[in-house]
Amino acid sequence: MSDQDTSPPPPTSPIVPPGNIAGQAMALVVAIMSFLACLTVGGVSLVGQSAATWQSQISREATVQIRPARDFDIETALVEAQAIAAGYDGVRSARIIDREETLGLLEPWLGGGLGLDELPVPRLVVITIDEAAPPDFDGMRVAITEAVPNATLDDHRAWVGRLVAMARTTTLAGLGVLALVMAALVMTVVFATRGALAGNHDVIEVLHFVGARAGFIARQFERRFMIIGLQGAAAGGAAAVAVFVVTGFWASRNLTSAENEQLSAFFGDFSMGVSAYVGVALVIALVGMLTMITTRITVLRVLYEIDEKRADPAM
Amino acid sequence: MIRFDNVGLRYGLEPEVLSDVSFHIPAQSFQFLTGPSGAGKTSLLRLLFMSLRPTRGQITLFGKDVLSLDRNEMPMLRRRIGVVFQDFRLLSHMSIFENVALPLRVRGKDAASYRHDVTELLDWVGLGDKLNALPPVLSGGEKQRVAIARALIDQPEILLADEPTGNVDPSMARRLLRLFIELNRSGTAVIIATHDLGLMEQVDARRMILSNGHLDVFG
Repeated sequence: MSDQDTSPPPPTSPIVPPGNIAGQAMALVVAIMSFLACLTVGGVSLVGQSAATWQSQISREATVQIRPARDFDIETALVEAQAIAAGYDGVRSARIIDREETLGLLEPWLGGGLGLDELPVPRLVVITIDEAAPPDFDGMRVAITEAVPNATLDDHRAWVGRLVAMARTTTLAGLGVLALVMAALVMTVVFATRGALAGNHDVIEVLHFVGARAGFIARQFERRFMIIGLQGAAAGGAAAVAVFVVTGFWASRNLTSAENEQLSAFFGDFSMGVSAYVGVALVIALVGMLTMITTRITVLRVLYEIDEKRADPAM
Repeated sequence: MIRFDNVGLRYGLEPEVLSDVSFHIPAQSFQFLTGPSGAGKTSLLRLLFMSLRPTRGQITLFGKDVLSLDRNEMPMLRRRIGVVFQDFRLLSHMSIFENVALPLRVRGKDAASYRHDVTELLDWVGLGDKLNALPPVLSGGEKQRVAIARALIDQPEILLADEPTGNVDPSMARRLLRLFIELNRSGTAVIIATHDLGLMEQVDARRMILSNGHLDVFG
């Protein structure tokens, strides 16, 4: 700014200083907390989604297991069990796991080159059921056991029960963590906003003494701090979405390894559902709202303190 | 216009810095407030623009009792008072033009409507060539003149100035005093708190002298 500057006044500057260290620190802290909150939202959404998938996948199938015995024609028994199962309403298909498939299933544990006839290996009939109208499992169990005494029917109910319990516990734990992270986010936003506002105390005071109304002063600060809060939250949310996308992409490219098969068995393909993205948007909106409300309350409190200031604190 | 009745003020448990202060400031009057350092001049000015509340006594501003005033009414009363702070209180991120225009801006006036007035006033205080300068690059005397221009821009009914010539040379001090006198002639009451005897001798005005917390009014 030169001393000889006589050009016409520039467009009106904002009343609240546009940027300072406190504002940048606030944006950074809000960004970090929003990132963690969004990751938690994504994690809880992933667990909830996976739990629902496990439950539905497992309850979609039932298995008839037929144990081999001496002088027992297992192939005939398989066909018989398949026919009984297929005859029930609510069964979409009943499929015998043939010799090759059975060998394939055993290969990871027993190695290749096995002869099924040399080992007493049980054989399976996989029954796909209509989840909406499941068949009468008790009736089917009795009918199959009567026809083939070596057979047992497993409707996976015990597994489903355990998985549902586990999924519920995991989701509840996730929600608990989410609640803690959100509480920390709220506190961080409140304190970061108040910290950044402390550096603007002189601006509030000057505006007050030149006759600005409390609402006018609060509005100037609200707008500025909401923008800082939203910028921080958007940066944190964008980073979290990037993590979701990169993880999903990485998982989809690396599903061939045994570890990843295990992971994908638990978490599907790591793709985030709509709920995770809605959660991120809600976190950003929440931060914007919180910064605005905190700013308003803090500015009004500062003004109240100026007005009520007395020389004698005992009064 | 302004009336103090038996006003007392103490900070914490200290002895009273102002005791039984009573006076009346009529409309369109001109007075100096003086006294030794620490006599309570700044405290009295702060009571006048509602930055402090008295420990006891009654203050009436424009016919309203300050102690029973609703907080929402204060901004409207403050708009009738122009204040020149001893430490200027300019906003350092705003140009001189914007600092002076601030009182009009908070009143919701349109920039186009006050551009001419602000420029003219800054010309008058000798800063017409520095409209776009920011306060940190100004000298003490220049900041003082900006602070005075900001207090005067909306033609207040009363102007309170705390040592308004403390940072300027004698010729600028005389110029500023002429500005205050002119302002007073146009109907604004003026209270100037000052140590500067030379300044007071230039005007035949009422003198309010504070000493040991007591106020004596002459003239």
